[in-house]
Amino acid sequence: MSLSEATSAPALAGRTSRVGWRTRMAIAATLAVACLTVYLLMRTGADDVLRWDFQFGLSFERRLRTATAILIAAFCGALSTVLFHTVTHNRILTPSIIGLDSLYVLIQTVGVFLVGGRFVDNGDSVPQFVAQTAAMVMFAAVLYGWLFSGRFASLFLLLLAGVVLGLAFRAFAEFLQRLLSPTEFDALSIKLYGRLTAVNADLLPIAGIACLVVGVIVWQRRRVLDVLLLGRDPAMGLGVNHQRELTLALVLIAVLVSISTALVGPMMFFGFIIATLSYQLAGDWRHRATLPMAFLIGVIMLAGGQFILHNIFYANGMLTVIIEFVGGILFLAMLFRRRGTM
Amino acid sequence: MNQTSHNTTTSTDTSPAIAFTDLTKKYAETVVLGPVSGEFSRGGVTALVGPNGAGKSTLLTILGRLLTPDSGTALLEGVEIRSMKPTEVARKLAILRQENGVNARLTVRDLVAFGRFPHSRGRMTADDERHVDEALGFLGLTDLSDRFLDELSGGQRQRAYVAMTLAQDTDVILLDEPLNNLDMRHQVGMMRRLRRAADELGKTIILVVHDLNFAAAYSDRIVALKNGTIAASGAPSEIMTGELLTEIFETPVAVHVLEGGPVAVYAGL
Repeated sequence: MSLSEATSAPALAGRTSRVGWRTRMAIAATLAVACLTVYLLMRTGADDVLRWDFQFGLSFERRLRTATAILIAAFCGALSTVLFHTVTHNRILTPSIIGLDSLYVLIQTVGVFLVGGRFVDNGDSVPQFVAQTAAMVMFAAVLYGWLFSGRFASLFLLLLAGVVLGLAFRAFAEFLQRLLSPTEFDALSIKLYGRLTAVNADLLPIAGIACLVVGVIVWQRRRVLDVLLLGRDPAMGLGVNHQRELTLALVLIAVLVSISTALVGPMMFFGFIIATLSYQLAGDWRHRATLPMAFLIGVIMLAGGQFILHNIFYANGMLTVIIEFVGGILFLAMLFRRRGTM
Repeated sequence: MNQTSHNTTTSTDTSPAIAFTDLTKKYAETVVLGPVSGEFSRGGVTALVGPNGAGKSTLLTILGRLLTPDSGTALLEGVEIRSMKPTEVARKLAILRQENGVNARLTVRDLVAFGRFPHSRGRMTADDERHVDEALGFLGLTDLSDRFLDELSGGQRQRAYVAMTLAQDTDVILLDEPLNNLDMRHQVGMMRRLRRAADELGKTIILVVHDLNFAAAYSDRIVALKNGTIAASGAPSEIMTGELLTEIFETPVAVHVLEGGPVAVYAGL
């Protein structure tokens, strides 16, 4: 078959870059570290000139908190989305698009509605965060476990059901918020969700620990996740307990979405962007490559974006808006590209 | 029932490869299968035939434990399948349904290597690599092994999936319509390879086929299903009669002997 080799070899070289996945990972990691460093240590002075700043004062502490939140948000977004894509065998829907973060907001709102402002305003946010995450895990595992149990054969039916569920959660939460007293509403809206620039610092330690635990579990299961890329039936044929993997993954995803929503608020398309880019750029389809790559892309995007917006456009707080805008366009583009084929 | 054992290396255990009792499956009050009982002896190629909706794929999918029956039991080499660990089953039985798309850009070799997962759990040893090479060679895919799946023709992809089930190195292989999407030449090639896998490697192969003549030419035993139950089973010469086939398929079928074997004719009658 020397003829076919001769003709197919150049095409192959042109199609797949020779850069191996480890090299790609190293490049992404370097970029991510550079973005974080620059974000932490460079500031625009009063004279509008950008320069290094080694004064580790209050402003640095605030940026350090934001940087930590960026790491956690990128981690949660990357893991939850890639994991979700794999166990549900699709690459369009993400936890945020089908309304998992809206579910988190709804659970919080119902809490305030039933218990009153004390629910979010008791000074110590950690036990409350744990309780909410537990409630979230329960609801998400039951509801989405049902949704993804195979009853909805078509992806687009799932998309529709998921988006409608997400809208329903959001609408119901907003309805309840209107019934709250102004004091309670204030308490809720302050604590409801953080932003990248106003992180709820109490939560950082517990969020970091939870991320580590989830990360270790996912990393140990990465080879099983690789098999799940084949779809339900082939994976089961190869001895994977599909139902168990799906349930475990939904629980982990619920934890990740809770952490990230509590820390930096809902970002509908963030996970979608970083996962989609990771599949393109990781250079290997295995989870050993796609998971860390999605995380690194997330860090680059959030830290780099935050730095540029803060120091060049003076538009603090605009980052999530831009990410949603770009992400929404990318989402539509992917939908059109797939055109029904799943 | 075919008792000609092509290979004596299979275990000395005399229980049939697969035995099932009173299996039933309903979808929304419509019974699609059963109650049906039967067994598949070890070795050889068995073809499941029957009209659309007869329950062929349902039976195969239940035996491959991808679908839970509403009632009844299925034994794999004497042990109830549902009581076995998933990995344990996956080392003894491989099942391939119609492909449903991979969510990643895999090469042929990547896909076939997945067949080793029940043995290697993803850490490929030299022995695993050898099995992958053999499976690729057996299906004539060695030259294509570094191609991406999405660059292959439907027939080549189908062969890659069969190579994956072969690399799984199980005694029993269940195939749901492995001839789908293949042209004549590749259908013949596929059946020859499966025949060889049964003869040379001692596999027990059970497959759903639509074309009666492929079933007759390459299998040791034909099981005909109708309305969710077994209508007839036996050697091809027993099943391939005009009268029986006409009744099962509810359309006129004539059987002639050509080139030494029975051939069903049903078009244009």
